[in-house]
Amino acid sequence: MSTTPYGTTHRATLRWQDAVVRSVRDETRSARTLRLELPTARPHLAGQHYVVRLTAPDGYTASRSYSVASAPADGFDEPPVGHIELTVERLADGEVSGYLCDVVEPGDELEVRGPIGGFFAWAGTSPALLVGGGSGVVPLMSMLRQARLTGRADLVRLVVSARSPQDLYYAEEIVGPQTTVLYTRQAPPGAGRAAGRLAVADLAGLVRGGEDVYVCGSPGFADAATAVLVEAGVPVPAIRVERFGPTG
Amino acid sequence: MATTRGFLGRSRAQRDPRLPPGQYDARDDWPVLHAEATPRIGTERWTFTVEGLVENEVSWTWDEIHALPPSRYAGAIHCVTTWSKFDMTFDGVSVDTLLAAAGPLPTATHVMAVSHTGYTTNLPLEDVTDGKAWVVWDADGAPLTTEHGGPARLLVPHLYFWKSAKWVSGLRLMDHDEQGFWERNGYHDRGDPWQEQRYQGD
Repeated sequence: MSTTPYGTTHRATLRWQDAVVRSVRDETRSARTLRLELPTARPHLAGQHYVVRLTAPDGYTASRSYSVASAPADGFDEPPVGHIELTVERLADGEVSGYLCDVVEPGDELEVRGPIGGFFAWAGTSPALLVGGGSGVVPLMSMLRQARLTGRADLVRLVVSARSPQDLYYAEEIVGPQTTVLYTRQAPPGAGRAAGRLAVADLAGLVRGGEDVYVCGSPGFADAATAVLVEAGVPVPAIRVERFGPTG
Repeated sequence: MATTRGFLGRSRAQRDPRLPPGQYDARDDWPVLHAEATPRIGTERWTFTVEGLVENEVSWTWDEIHALPPSRYAGAIHCVTTWSKFDMTFDGVSVDTLLAAAGPLPTATHVMAVSHTGYTTNLPLEDVTDGKAWVVWDADGAPLTTEHGGPARLLVPHLYFWKSAKWVSGLRLMDHDEQGFWERNGYHDRGDPWQEQRYQGD
């Protein structure tokens, strides 16, 4: 993990800018997607994230990081402005996520900076196996969308783990030949697999050899998925991991 | 800076003065964040090496480093992802003890902390000397778990916690600054939480 193959985050991307919320839509009962217009377009790589900073009237601020869900190929065709989508999971007592899920409306301005991160990023030109749990699917969705929009869906295989059909993000869009959906608590009627956690058998036929593997989810999911991937024959250096902590 | 419509934030009345700006108290949680697969490093093959601009390159095995004078840190840690955690204790050995054995050359100004996973992070030499940094193997009285960097990690608690390299394998002394893993990815070269030095340019 000593290299950063897809470049670095440049200083310009770390300047704050005032994004305008153009639309909001619910993904599940506890997650919402915000489509933001950026005054200055800074095209991202699939997998990168933004920081959102909220400021109270007395100057108090709270910032959190959110992965970009939209593809680089979606939102940068109207320079100088750009568009990105962030999907936010509403956490219990979440100071920032609660605001973004329950208070924000189209037309609001949000201070953001990004895109950030060079390690958990996919340049869109090499085979990739994507393994996500819960809200960890968000950066992987950017990769899937990019692959589909650029005609390279063959490069990507996505395994997504969700508690139940009601908890699956992007439910209508995410399904397709590239995608395997695993339900851990409650599988829909007729599902070919009983509810349960990711296991080696779920990866049958998905590990091709030579691909980069992107794992994203809670620390527990990330470590369990990594162990299963290694058991399935994936070399440890091929695995990149992004863990979501309880960041409020 | 513009106010965000409708955002009040949590009450500041009881905000702990030990919290640097933009941080919150994680209380009983100790979140886990790292970019690589969690490695399993047995203490039988664990080593720690001080190299680079030193009079003598020195390596310690697990048993050898435990034979050095013990040193404890008690206090707070601060992660750039905005959580802080108070009243922690870490036990290990002071980096001063390790550097004294190797003898830094006068030209040394910076260190690169290196991990068994290949992770790296850069620090000014003065941020790891004079009682400011440790190599630790116990947290709150129990062996450091693998997910938190066990068997041993660097501890530089006055800087954001990515500087406290998990699974640390050594320090390389240099006569210039050189970016480590997160620093190349846009994070700040120093990372002082009280200055909110999260990203390059902050």
